[in-house]
Order: sequence, then structure tokens, then C-alpha cells
Amino acid sequence: MSKHRIFRSRNAKVSFMLEHRTLWVCLILAVLCFAVMVISTGTGSQFISPLHVMKALFGDAPPMEQVIVMQLRLPRIIIAVLIGASLAVAGAILQGVIRNPLASPDVIGITEGASLGAVLFIFIFTGTVSIHWMPLFAILGAFFITGLLYVLAWKNGVSPLRLVLIGIGVSAAIKSISYMLIISGPLQLADRSLTFMAGSIYGMSWDKDVLTLLPWVAVLLPLTWLQARNVNIQALGDDVASSTGAQVQKQRLILIGLSVALAGAAISIGGAIAFIGLMAPHMARRLVGPSFGSVLPVSALIGAILLLVADLVARTAFLPRDVPAGVFTAAIGAPFFLYLLYRNRNRF
Amino acid sequence: MRVLGLLISLLALTAAVIGSITLGVTNIPLHQVWESFTHFNGSNEHLIILTARLPRALIALAAGASLAVSGALMQVITRNPIASPSTLGVNSGAAFFIIISAGWLGISGFQSLTWVAMIGAAVSGGIVFFLGSIGRDGMTPVKITLAGASMAAFFHSLTQGLMLSDGKMFDQVLIWLVGSVAGRDLNQLAAVWPYMAVGMLAALLLGRHLNALSMGDDIAQSLGQKTAVIKLLAAAAVILLAGGSVAVAGPIAFVGIIIPHIVRYLIGNDYRWILPYSAVLGALLLVTADLGSRYIAMPKEVPVGVMTAIIGVPFFVYIARKGRRAQ
Repeated sequence: MSKHRIFRSRNAKVSFMLEHRTLWVCLILAVLCFAVMVISTGTGSQFISPLHVMKALFGDAPPMEQVIVMQLRLPRIIIAVLIGASLAVAGAILQGVIRNPLASPDVIGITEGASLGAVLFIFIFTGTVSIHWMPLFAILGAFFITGLLYVLAWKNGVSPLRLVLIGIGVSAAIKSISYMLIISGPLQLADRSLTFMAGSIYGMSWDKDVLTLLPWVAVLLPLTWLQARNVNIQALGDDVASSTGAQVQKQRLILIGLSVALAGAAISIGGAIAFIGLMAPHMARRLVGPSFGSVLPVSALIGAILLLVADLVARTAFLPRDVPAGVFTAAIGAPFFLYLLYRNRNRF
Repeated sequence: MRVLGLLISLLALTAAVIGSITLGVTNIPLHQVWESFTHFNGSNEHLIILTARLPRALIALAAGASLAVSGALMQVITRNPIASPSTLGVNSGAAFFIIISAGWLGISGFQSLTWVAMIGAAVSGGIVFFLGSIGRDGMTPVKITLAGASMAAFFHSLTQGLMLSDGKMFDQVLIWLVGSVAGRDLNQLAAVWPYMAVGMLAALLLGRHLNALSMGDDIAQSLGQKTAVIKLLAAAAVILLAGGSVAVAGPIAFVGIIIPHIVRYLIGNDYRWILPYSAVLGALLLVTADLGSRYIAMPKEVPVGVMTAIIGVPFFVYIARKGRRAQ
């Protein structure tokens, strides 16, 4: 039996390769993810056993539990999965394209850009324009900042390291502009914006949050998967990649665009949740190797699990306080980053 | 020539301090400022000057000078053009340690918090320094910047989370996230200025040795310098200066990166002059930025840390683009 299987469309425009090992890893992670979802749904100020959670999912539980599970907790869980997966994939793309294991949306400033867009929206349009438009602002903010970064880092093409350095600087400025907006606005909006900047998935609802985010994820994730082989080519380095006939800078632009859109959409709902995009792809590569076709689904699942667990701990460990999940992901993510730096100490 | 430049900068600084005392939401004429020192009569204007404006101007002055000098020192010892207390996570480390000890360990008293800030600065600076210097190529700018940025992000988000979940008032949170010189009193400055003074003095005395060090470790050693000792002394000065300024004004960013570059552009690479110039111009920058921050969202005030970040980033980008070593 061969180790992988190749899918190819009739005109060979679209093709991808799936390793059997990847399938198994995905299956196990999917089961794990589902288990964490069920447990997390059941945990909170009122505990509901996993069995009852399952019953509630099929509309078969006592009305009280039914409401808790379906209306209060499940939207938050679903959002955690969607956001975790989007951020992880956004990070995986960036790491492939920038060829830097330390890249992720939050390190190079995409997250701050999206936050600025959202904070702008909160301050200018609260009460006048429907909240459904906030993701658009966040995504625009993310694109604007990425464009700015691209221009600033451009010097006969974009060098990955320069992009990262300039990203660090620009994100500091963007964060300051967000703070400036927050200060000059009314106080009740300040609290909301600040929580947003820390990254929290508190109080999610079906129609306002889940239905806003779902279409973005449903469109962008498959699109990204179709681009998987281009990520593999980019990872070879500019010289080798262009000698295979790839249009390196153009592909890089498309891929970064996809990554920004995914990250922007996720951040518009959950706020600046940090470091998921950094950690998940590394764990995925550990499990299934560097081929992006495999890394993508695996890191999506890992990202979902990471955020689920982070949110579960953040909202239960310090009861009755509901600590923003982003604080928790940063608390484990930053040491992970330092570890990566240590591992790659001979590369820079 | 250099003496003249320094005198002119000092004059500009004096003007800025006077401006900082007289201008703001309430404009106070100069003769009233004078009277508030000589014939204090308890009027509103006199109170504003003595309890708000004067402490603020002096704190901005001290913090600006300390941050700029510690930035210049860090740029020599790391041989990295974008090193500064904020980019290497020293400032946010100090701020986080203050939050932890004040909020969770119940340490109060400004004197002890100053020590805590310095320990925080030393710990996070030490980690960044270690991570930046391991590996085959030794300390590369990229490695140390990445380590610094991630430490800063780490401490920043912990600080934010702790304060948010403690239900602290928003303006109290903000000072420890971005740094501000408003609403502090002279006692706080009185507690830290001795440390800053010691650090400053040490830095100025090191100037000659830093000149040798800036040519690289090998050359400095061949000139008979004990490079490790000089680096340690400089690092100690950085911790005193940066820790002290965070204790009194929070983690103000980018002063330490902008000023040394401007100074080097103005007067060249002689550290005997770079350090005093950095001190004066750093103070000038922070006092002016603080003055400007009063006019952006009048009658509210923008913390001065926000201003310096916005001014500083174009510089950062310029240095990152230009720096041969930064690639």
C-alpha cells in the first residue's frame, strides 16, 4: 500500500496529495477536538455531564439544560473552534511564506491592525451602524496594515526578516493609536475596546457572532487548501522557487492576502487572541512533517483545540472572574516563542 | 562646538520645561509661576503648578534622560541599532513586576516598588540578553529583537489581563501599559532619583570605555579592556536607569531608540559626548511630547507613552530598512 494518495482534477489545474498518516492524525485530532468541545460545553458555573450535553445537542435534555447548552455555551464553543482554526491556518501560511518559524499574525502586526479597525468601528459607529459590519472593518484594518508593512519592507522584493522587524515596530505604533482612540472616547466604550485588545470570546451569540464568522471561514479555508502547493514552493526560498517557474512575489501576495483575511475575520469576533497562529503550525509540523497540504488541516484542528482549552481554563480557573482567553494564550505562547528562538538559535 | 550644541540643547530644555509648567488646559502666566514659589497663596493656579505641573515636568525630564541614556548604553553593549529598553522588553518586564507585587503580593511603598521595578528590568533584560546571544553567530540583531519583542508581548498581555480581571479603573491600567507622567507626585520622583543619578553618573564615566567597546569586542580586548566588566557595569546602569524610570512613569517606549540615533547623526560616534547629549535631548523629547499630549484630546490627556510610540516608529522603520546589520 502506498503511503499517500493523489487527488487530481481532470485538467490537472487542481491537485493535492494526502498522506495516509495525515488522515489518521486528522481523525484522532477531530475526535479529540469533539471531546474537548463536549467537556468544555458541560463545564462552567453549572456542571452538565457529557452525556447530557450530547442529549441537549439532539434536543433531548431538560429545558433548563437545553437553554444553557444551546443558547449560552455552545456559541462560545463553536466560535472558539472557528477562531482557533482560522488563526492557526493564518499562522501556518505566514510561516511558510515568510520562511520564518517565528512568524505569526500577532508577531508581524496583522493582529494589531485588525484591532485598530475594530476599535475605530466601536468608536465611530456604535449605535448607528449594525455590529455585523465590524468584521469588515477589522479585515480592512488588517489589510491596510499588511499593505503598509509590505510597502515599508519592500526593497527589491520583500525580505522576510525585514518584514518581521518592521512588523514589530509598526505594531507598537498601531497599538498606541488604538490606545489614543480609547482615551479620547467615552468611558463605557473604553472597557469594551480594552477587552477586545486582550482577546476574549465572552458572551458569544448565534446570529451575531457565529453566523458572521462562519461564511468567512467556510470560504477561506478551502481556498487556502487549494493554494497548498504554492506554499510548499514558497518554502523552498526565492531562488529555487522562481527556478521552478513560480511567480514568487505574486504568489506571496495572494497567500499573505488569504492569511490576512482569515486572521482579520477571526480577530474581528474574538479580539486580539495572541500566539495561536504561532504555536499550532509548529505542533502540526511535528506530527505530520512539513508538507503544507498536511500541515493545514492538522494545524486548523490543533488551533481549535488550543483555543478551546485556553478558554476553558481562562473562564473556570479564576472563578468568578472570566479572564480573557487571549491573556492565557499569550501566557503559554510567549514562552513557546522563546523556546522556538532557542531551537533556531543558529539560524538568525 | 560640541559644548555650544550642548548649551543650546540645555536652553531648549529649559524653555520646554517652562512651557510644560505654564501651558495646558489652564494657561498660567509666567509671573504667577514665580509667585507660586516665592509667595504661595493657595490659589488654584498656584496649586496646579506645585502639585501637578511641576512634578510632571520634572518626572518627564528625569524619565526622558534616563531612557535615552539607557538606550544608548544598550545599543553599544548589544551592538544592535534597534536596541532600547522598550524593544528589548526591559520596560514591560519592570512594569509587570510592579503590577504583580503591588496587586498580588501586597507590597506597597514607593521605595520597595522601585526595587521591584529594577529586579523586573534585570530579569527580563537578562533573559533577552541570554536568548539573543546563544547560538553559533553570537548576538545577532534579529535574534535579540525577536526575543525582546516576545518578552514584551508576554509581560504586556499578563499585565493587561491581571489589571482587567482585577476590575481596575481604566486610567490606572493604562499607565502600566503605555507609560504616563501625569498624575504623579514629587514623592515618587524623590524615591527614584538617587538611583537614576547613580546610573547616569556611571554611564557618563563609562563613556571613554564605550568608545573602545563600540569598535567590537576583539579590538576592545586588544586595547587592554576587560570587556566583560565594562558590559556588566553598563548593564547595571541600564537597569538603574530603566527600572527607575518605569517605577515613576511606566513603560514609555521608543525614547531610548530615537534619541541615540539623532545624537549620533548630530555629533558622531564619540560616547563621551553621545551620553550627555542623549540625556539632554531625551529629556527634551519627553517634556515636549508630554506638552503635546495635552493638546491632542483636550481637555483629556493622551499618555505620553502613546505620543513617543507614534513619533518613534517612523524612526524604527527607517533604521530597520537602512541597517546593514539589521538584515
